[in-house]
Amino acid sequence: MTTRREFLLLATALAVPTAAKAQLDPNLAQKRKAAFQEALRRIVGDAPVRKGRVKLQLPPLIDNGNSVPLSVSVGSPMTDADHVRAIHVLTEKNPLPDVVSVHLGPRAGRASLATRVRLADTQSVTAIARMSDGSFWSDSSEVVVTLSACLEEGLI
Amino acid sequence: MARAVVTVPARAKRGEIVEVKTLAQHPMETGFRRTQTGELIPRDIIRRFTCTYNGTEVYRVELHPAMSANPLIAFSTIATETGTLAFQWAGDNGYSVTETASISVE
Repeated sequence: MTTRREFLLLATALAVPTAAKAQLDPNLAQKRKAAFQEALRRIVGDAPVRKGRVKLQLPPLIDNGNSVPLSVSVGSPMTDADHVRAIHVLTEKNPLPDVVSVHLGPRAGRASLATRVRLADTQSVTAIARMSDGSFWSDSSEVVVTLSACLEEGLI
Repeated sequence: MARAVVTVPARAKRGEIVEVKTLAQHPMETGFRRTQTGELIPRDIIRRFTCTYNGTEVYRVELHPAMSANPLIAFSTIATETGTLAFQWAGDNGYSVTETASISVE
């Protein structure tokens, strides 16, 4: 039979993790997803986004999310008639979906970008290119982050 | 240390695609971190980077808090004529840095 003392101990042990969990926003994942969709819509509108032409390079396993080398290159002749207008990089689980937006034209010679970014979590990163004919192309990359950047509440 | 460093080849052939590397010294505070007492550290980032080649804009970048501290931006441009590449970084709290590099085209 359980004594009163044992019951109280057990109840406290059960209550503590529940209380810690209650501080997290239960809709966080959904909110992040909605923010990502909104950012995507802001860039492409209602236009379809096709896979291909864009090459997003990221290390598959990241030790430190505070400084992740990222490079994007887009297959395009970069002539006055056919060139890349913009390159956008978005993340799924960072506190803000936008990472970087680049505006360029035929004078760039090659549609490319190399930089270093912060990644908050193991997630998928997307690069979207807008061509001069108005079409959108994209590439995604799954990355595993062991030490996350920008630790904030609700992100464990 | 300089507040910004740029690497541009000193000379190039006409029509050649040259690599440009830029590095600005900036903490890129995200605005999501807290101090030990729990107060939010206000955001302080570079918002915009522009590269102009003899006055013509060739590359413009919008930066967000997800860019690492001391943002590196590497890109390419076509060497069209002898002249100057001007770089400008602008950000929160009136941050503004300009840097120039000259290129001679044969």
